[in-house]
Amino acid sequence: MFDSIQDISLYIVLAPLIGAIIAGLFGGQIGRVGAHTVAILGVAISFVLSALVFKWMVFDGMEPQNFSVYTWLVSEGIRFEIGFLIDELTAMMMVVVTFVSLMVHIYTVGYMSHDEENWPAGSKAGTNSYQRFFSYLSLFTFSMLMLVMANNFLQLFFGWEAVGLVSYLLIGFWSSRESAVFANMKAFLVNRVGDFGFLLGIAAVLMYFGTLDYASVFNAVEHHKDMTITIWPGSEWNIITVIGILLFIGAMGKSAQVPLHVWLPDSMEGPTPISALIHAATMVTAGIFMVARMSPVYELSEVALSFVLVIGAITALFMGLLGLVQHDIKRVVAYSTLSQLGYMTVALGVSAYAAGVFHLMTHAFFKALLFLAAGSVIIAMHHKQDMREMGGLRKYMPITWLTSLIGSLALIGAPGFSGFFSKDSIIEAVGHSTIPGAGFAYFAVLAGVFITALYSFRMYFLVFHGKERMDEHTRSHLHESPRVVTVPLILLAIPSVFIGWAYVGDMVFGDFFINAITVLPEHDVLSEVGFTSAFGMLLHGFVTAPFWLALAGVGVAYYLYMVRTDLPAKIVQLPVIKTLYAILQRNYGFDAFNNLVFGRGSRGLGTGLWKGGDTMLIDGLLVNGTARLVGWFSSVLRRVQSGYLYHYAFAMIIGLLVLFGLFVVA
Amino acid sequence: MFADLPLLSLLIWVPIIGGLLVMLAGSGRTGLEAKVLALLVSLLTFALSIPLFTGFDTGTAAMQFTEFKPWIAAFGINYHLGVDGISMPLIVLTTFTTVLVVIAGWEVIKNKPAQYMAAFLIMEGLMIGVFSALDAMLFYVFWEAMLIPMFIVIGIWGGANRVYATIKFFLYTFLGSVFMLVALLWLYGQADSFAILDFHALPISATAQIWIFLAFLVAFAVKVPMWPVHTWLPDAHVQAPTGGSVILAAIMLKLGAYGFLRFSLPITPDASQTLDWLMIGLSLIAVAYIGFVALVQRDMKKLIAYSSISHMGFVTLGFFIPWAIAANTGSFSGAGLGISGGMVQMISHGFVSAAMFLAVGVMYDRMHSREINDYGGVVHVMPKFAGFMVLFAMANAGLPGTAGFVGEFMVILAAFQANFWIAFVAASTLILGAAYTLWMVKRVIYGEIRNQKVAALKDINPREFLILGVLAFMVILLGVWPAPLLEVMDVTVQQLVEHISVSKVPAGAM
Repeated sequence: MFDSIQDISLYIVLAPLIGAIIAGLFGGQIGRVGAHTVAILGVAISFVLSALVFKWMVFDGMEPQNFSVYTWLVSEGIRFEIGFLIDELTAMMMVVVTFVSLMVHIYTVGYMSHDEENWPAGSKAGTNSYQRFFSYLSLFTFSMLMLVMANNFLQLFFGWEAVGLVSYLLIGFWSSRESAVFANMKAFLVNRVGDFGFLLGIAAVLMYFGTLDYASVFNAVEHHKDMTITIWPGSEWNIITVIGILLFIGAMGKSAQVPLHVWLPDSMEGPTPISALIHAATMVTAGIFMVARMSPVYELSEVALSFVLVIGAITALFMGLLGLVQHDIKRVVAYSTLSQLGYMTVALGVSAYAAGVFHLMTHAFFKALLFLAAGSVIIAMHHKQDMREMGGLRKYMPITWLTSLIGSLALIGAPGFSGFFSKDSIIEAVGHSTIPGAGFAYFAVLAGVFITALYSFRMYFLVFHGKERMDEHTRSHLHESPRVVTVPLILLAIPSVFIGWAYVGDMVFGDFFINAITVLPEHDVLSEVGFTSAFGMLLHGFVTAPFWLALAGVGVAYYLYMVRTDLPAKIVQLPVIKTLYAILQRNYGFDAFNNLVFGRGSRGLGTGLWKGGDTMLIDGLLVNGTARLVGWFSSVLRRVQSGYLYHYAFAMIIGLLVLFGLFVVA
Repeated sequence: MFADLPLLSLLIWVPIIGGLLVMLAGSGRTGLEAKVLALLVSLLTFALSIPLFTGFDTGTAAMQFTEFKPWIAAFGINYHLGVDGISMPLIVLTTFTTVLVVIAGWEVIKNKPAQYMAAFLIMEGLMIGVFSALDAMLFYVFWEAMLIPMFIVIGIWGGANRVYATIKFFLYTFLGSVFMLVALLWLYGQADSFAILDFHALPISATAQIWIFLAFLVAFAVKVPMWPVHTWLPDAHVQAPTGGSVILAAIMLKLGAYGFLRFSLPITPDASQTLDWLMIGLSLIAVAYIGFVALVQRDMKKLIAYSSISHMGFVTLGFFIPWAIAANTGSFSGAGLGISGGMVQMISHGFVSAAMFLAVGVMYDRMHSREINDYGGVVHVMPKFAGFMVLFAMANAGLPGTAGFVGEFMVILAAFQANFWIAFVAASTLILGAAYTLWMVKRVIYGEIRNQKVAALKDINPREFLILGVLAFMVILLGVWPAPLLEVMDVTVQQLVEHISVSKVPAGAM
């Protein structure tokens, strides 16, 4: 039965693609029901087959599969292929991607059912927007699968940019909104900055390894660990370090690590289903996946690992802080995503790839859940997203409330929930790490636990408990969302609770990823953690610092937003806090800096080069200057051509005399 | 069945004679007969170019489909035609694009449509002549003759400031050609033949090579165009009618790049090596400097014109990277990647720039404005068109899976093998290309409708859908499966790399 894996993997990627093409090109003909049926069917096929592959891989002992589908091009004997590598890491990603995608597809049926209201009257782009949305969702699933199933860097880059494209299309989906079409361009451009590094990394791989095939590169990487490249005269860089850092710059764009994180909060302009699917569960974790996939490379460079670690720690801590000052419900979840991506990156930096990938998986479930629940709240609130106008929603929306609570508990790492197992593994691993930056990272991830609990439960209390602060009209229409919305919430809540318990032993501390992830013995922090069983970990969880920090966070949130609701406003007026608050509200000034330096700077440079270089210097001085010179010269010459016969006769005689004279002299 | 036909001659003369017939048929008021005839001629020419592709032997670098007839025996000038992996794809691109141009002008050109179509058909024949000439004089005749129809197209069917643009265009390109003529005559003196392949084999001293290289450089750099002799292009594009812009961008710019491959590299490899820093420098300026200039354009056609210059920078970068690679790594391995990448970039830019100019043409036909600020929210009235526009914009920004990615990717891979910083500057196109293209898309396609004229726009008609659809298909096909194109080029490029890796300076001479 494993023989057919090649065909099956093709079906897995093609089913959503076909769904996307049909829903996109023929959306007008097949109508809304036709479009969402074909899109959901495509992703469902993909999910079922992915689950089958996962079963074969994990339970039936199938060997990792590595095969080529077709040859993209051959030049100079270098083959660029499109092909799949399916091992445990891929299989897990395939299941996560297709499952979350399927949930989001179903949810979208409810969320986008009144999408015509989001378009200006008479907009033709709004007529089939529902179908187009499904087409994009399925196209995204296809692209993401191409990314995770790639067996070479070229296809990785292909998927990498393709998910970026779909992200662009979906952030700017409501294309009449100026903020949305600004956010999508920003997202694409910031990602392109990352891809710029990524592409150079790929070029370095090709130069030193002569191939872009993963397996060949990983097999040869040992022999290249002492090679150097001269970046500028007199500075030799280890080639593995250079490749690692360049590739990671790509990951910083896609997985929104500081300072390339600026696009993610703005991406919330897109409809909520895509925030859940693309900007929380799957696409933004592509960078994490990539580094884990490249573990044989990263293991050989402590410099690159340290770089990864420090960037991740900064992201985990400082982006979490921003979650505290948001009023928009989606923005809180967005900053929380940034912070959690930082945790995953930290795990990669200390060589605990398995823990990072495991957190990726648990996070995919509970963060998709939190986003979809936020979306459910937004539907009930008639597309208002300001938490200051919410409160007390628990009694109106019981399913949304309960699933949100589960998601929040998983997010803060409450013992027993999936996030507990993954996050605690990371924190423990960082504690055991000795690579440069680990001390700072340990502080960052611990402090992050408190902050995560604080902003998560701030949001939870503000939305579901306390006074009902919405206007009367909204209140009178509050009700639980339809079943297409609540069923995905419930289906996502289940793994948010149990998946950690079920898999932490195998995935993080066992040999689940033994074929996919390489860790050098001296970096193997996870084996030092001393794991016995999930139950043992759970018991231990109650006596560790993270538990008390999380509890403190919840407690503070309860006190500030349930008991003394007047306090937050007073706290931010305190002298030092006021300054800090202002800094946080301005996102540390990243946006202002980028607008000034990169936005206005590059436009200024462009104008300077255009007006100064092209128009003044080249055209003004050289081209038209030459023309003027010729014009002036001919105006002089014109005087000579007077038209009088005797002038010409005179000139001829003079000329003849001169010639004659020369002849005689010679 | 095609083996016996003189295919290349047919490809040159069918459109030229067809063009003359179209002009004769154009006496009718609407010019419908002329237009139908023009379409038939262009389709026939395209059909004739297909066996060129299917019958091409990818296993050899030798010239194929050759034809030879003495022309001016006294000077050794022959009517000598043939194609290899470098020129064949460009010929097919030419015949393909001409069909699109004929269809694109169908209802749009009201003024003397027959003459308009005829000009493009004649131009097509002449351009195919340039690509297939193996005799330097024949090449030169086609090269110069080709200017005339383009001059006429811009001069008659162009915009308000067309006279300035045509004169600038003509003077620039004509001036360049004069230098080339001198170089060709000198080479004739040395080789006692006008056969380009004889020039390739001719040993030349290092100093002479420099002079010849510079003479060719002037001619070809103007055509490509390379910085700083590029300023004629934005003017010409802005003033040219849509069809003119399409041919200009898709084919004519490629003639300069083709010249580098056919003349500069193989005839003066040592000079190319000596001056490669200059060529690489100018290419990088084109990529980065022009990228910034494109960013601030307010006229869509100008923006795309500048973007063309920037993209052509990759072509010249790919062509002149081999010696830098050899200097860095000690071998020419990777050089072929650069040259092939440059050639792929020529073809892909042919599709993408044609698509971009046609898309702008679609809007211009309705609004009679190219100003970005006059638009906004086009997606709400022209959703189908907007879909195409976004696709082409993404291709222009080099998105993987579209044609625009392949060549740039290969050239950046090759450039890295020469020097980290060359690749660094080249890769900046990833950001700049996306910035200028998507910022335009944002302001034109997205947002709210601010202009009442935009609100009244009608979506594309079947004719426009056909043109854009065919191009969209090609752009994606070339992006996901460029292998057939590379297969055609590969042997020729490898042979070229071998040729240029050996010095042509005669032993003992300096």
